[in-house]
Amino acid sequence: MTRIITLLLIVSLSIVGKAQTADEIIKKIDDNMSADTRIVESSMTIHGRRNSRTITSVSYTMGTEKSFTEYLSPAREKGTKMLKLDDRLWTYYPANDRIVQISGHMLRQSLMGSDLSYEDMMDDRKLCDVYAPVIESTETIDGHKVFVLKLTAKVDNAAYYSRKLWVDETYFLPVKEELYAKSGQLLKRTVLSDFKQIKGRWYPMKFNFKDVLKQGDGTDWEIISIKFNEEIPDYLFTKAALKQ
Amino acid sequence: MIQFLIKGILRDKSRSLLPIIVVSLGVFLTVFMSGWMKGVFGDMIDMNANYTMGHVKVMTRAYADNEAQIPNDLALLDVSELISRLEADYSNMEWVRRIQFGGLLDVPDANGETRAQGPAAGRAIDLLTPGSKEAERLNIPKSIVEGRLPEQQGEVLISNEFAERFAVNIGDDISVMGSTMYGSMVVPTFKVCGTINFGMAMLDRGAIIMDITDAEQAFDMIDAAGEVLGYFKSNIYDDELALAVRDSFNLKYSDESDEFAPVMVRLRDEPSLKQYLNMADNMSAMMVMIFVIAMSIVLWNTGLLGGLRRYTEYGVRLALGEEKGHIFRTIIYEAIIIGSIGSVVGSALGIATSYYLQENGIDFSSMMENVTMMMPTVYRAKVSPELFYIGFIPGLLAMTMGNALAGYAIYKRKTAQLFKELEV
Repeated sequence: MTRIITLLLIVSLSIVGKAQTADEIIKKIDDNMSADTRIVESSMTIHGRRNSRTITSVSYTMGTEKSFTEYLSPAREKGTKMLKLDDRLWTYYPANDRIVQISGHMLRQSLMGSDLSYEDMMDDRKLCDVYAPVIESTETIDGHKVFVLKLTAKVDNAAYYSRKLWVDETYFLPVKEELYAKSGQLLKRTVLSDFKQIKGRWYPMKFNFKDVLKQGDGTDWEIISIKFNEEIPDYLFTKAALKQ
Repeated sequence: MIQFLIKGILRDKSRSLLPIIVVSLGVFLTVFMSGWMKGVFGDMIDMNANYTMGHVKVMTRAYADNEAQIPNDLALLDVSELISRLEADYSNMEWVRRIQFGGLLDVPDANGETRAQGPAAGRAIDLLTPGSKEAERLNIPKSIVEGRLPEQQGEVLISNEFAERFAVNIGDDISVMGSTMYGSMVVPTFKVCGTINFGMAMLDRGAIIMDITDAEQAFDMIDAAGEVLGYFKSNIYDDELALAVRDSFNLKYSDESDEFAPVMVRLRDEPSLKQYLNMADNMSAMMVMIFVIAMSIVLWNTGLLGGLRRYTEYGVRLALGEEKGHIFRTIIYEAIIIGSIGSVVGSALGIATSYYLQENGIDFSSMMENVTMMMPTVYRAKVSPELFYIGFIPGLLAMTMGNALAGYAIYKRKTAQLFKELEV
């Protein structure tokens, strides 16, 4: 009897231990991906059915609530700015000097024709705040051991009900991610690559987003430069900054 | 003999009055129903042709596959060149460009910030080219509630319902939050020059109508168009001709391996319209068939009653030596004359009623407030050349058949028993 109880205890502890490991893994991912402030200059190449086009932008992010993006090129997009404050998003169009609030179902629309939605762009929350993780298995990809994590939303306002992450054991960054609806339908797929160490953290410099419900070859998002925890003036996160 | 029969018909009212009334009524119903159904189906077909389908429509293959989503990223390019070729190849048709778009209508406040938003269902048509028939085709002049048609670039018409709900006045700015054909989000701003009400929920919900050149610039669609619509210059849809145009165009221009190659569809290719067109085609034949069968039974009965009433007359005629076949033929001739009179009266009444409803129509708008199909709210009959002869088919056929069936009894009478019968 004592042996059976001991065995059950060991099995239970090992399960608890594994759950803690899943939590630890996403905490490590959050530590890599999140920062107090972040300034990113990037290029986004959208591969459409007809042609591809590249848009460059610079983004200023403070925590998970505030973000300001200015589009730099091409000429048609130049000067377009976006401001996110909490769950609200405003866009400024220099062509007609208009500030338009994007809300409701429009947030699920494609961002600049890419495979990302405005909602994807806005959701900067840490994974550990939104999802409950479970390790499903381990695999080897390109000679690297990866954890396969299943994340299920633990809050009502998550953009995706569940996600599946293939997390590199060395970098604690996902190399691949799949986003699912509550029905279980796969909605989007992301491939992350070109991991670089910046100020003691690993960060992916290239992303390929693919909206599986859309035709085309997806959207490549490449980081040109990235700075963490630099000071960003507060005035940037005001509507007045949109028109400047 | 004909004169003799006519005299008999006119002098003996009991021989002709009831059959003439029955035939007239049947012919009237056939003619009127045929004109009414033709008018109703014709209006529905015309409305779909004018608003969305054209008599034929050219799109890219990829656009056609996802047409319901209005995928302007898959629109036709080099449209001017395409239209030039279409005009050269099919000179009996008029070709027009159309751009449809979705998004949000955004009403700015004094600071240029969002005051109100609602869903937009936009149409860009040629409003500014002198001589363009597009405004009339979409019945825009008659649908304007307030203001006027756009007279210059940058002016738009919006749904009257939207204008009232969000207190948008003539002269106010309004933006359309949409995307370019390359996917970029744009918010072009226009000036409201008028409000419209088509009377159809499907068209009025979030409607915004602008000139095609405004849409080209706003949505980065210079010399591009979602659809090129073709209309026969006669303005009448000819299915066989449309089929010939479609097949020759697709043979010449449509490359199945290229998803951006143009492809042409005709009005009948639209699945729901195909059903309507088939029904419209068969409606007259169905009406005639129904009334021939129904009236034949009624007139057979009338003929039998007449036969019984004239039993003695036929007996005397047979006794005097008139041949059975001759009596039967006179009955048939009488039926033809009565059928003709009834057909003329019924056709005249049917055509007159159809004409009245063609000019005035019946307004069903109060019953169609939430209908989402593209259907007219005022239904009208249509007087077509067919109505002038279609009534004669059931009128003559039913009367003749009814009397032939009733007159057949003559052949069963035996000459040997005639005097015995006549004594009674």
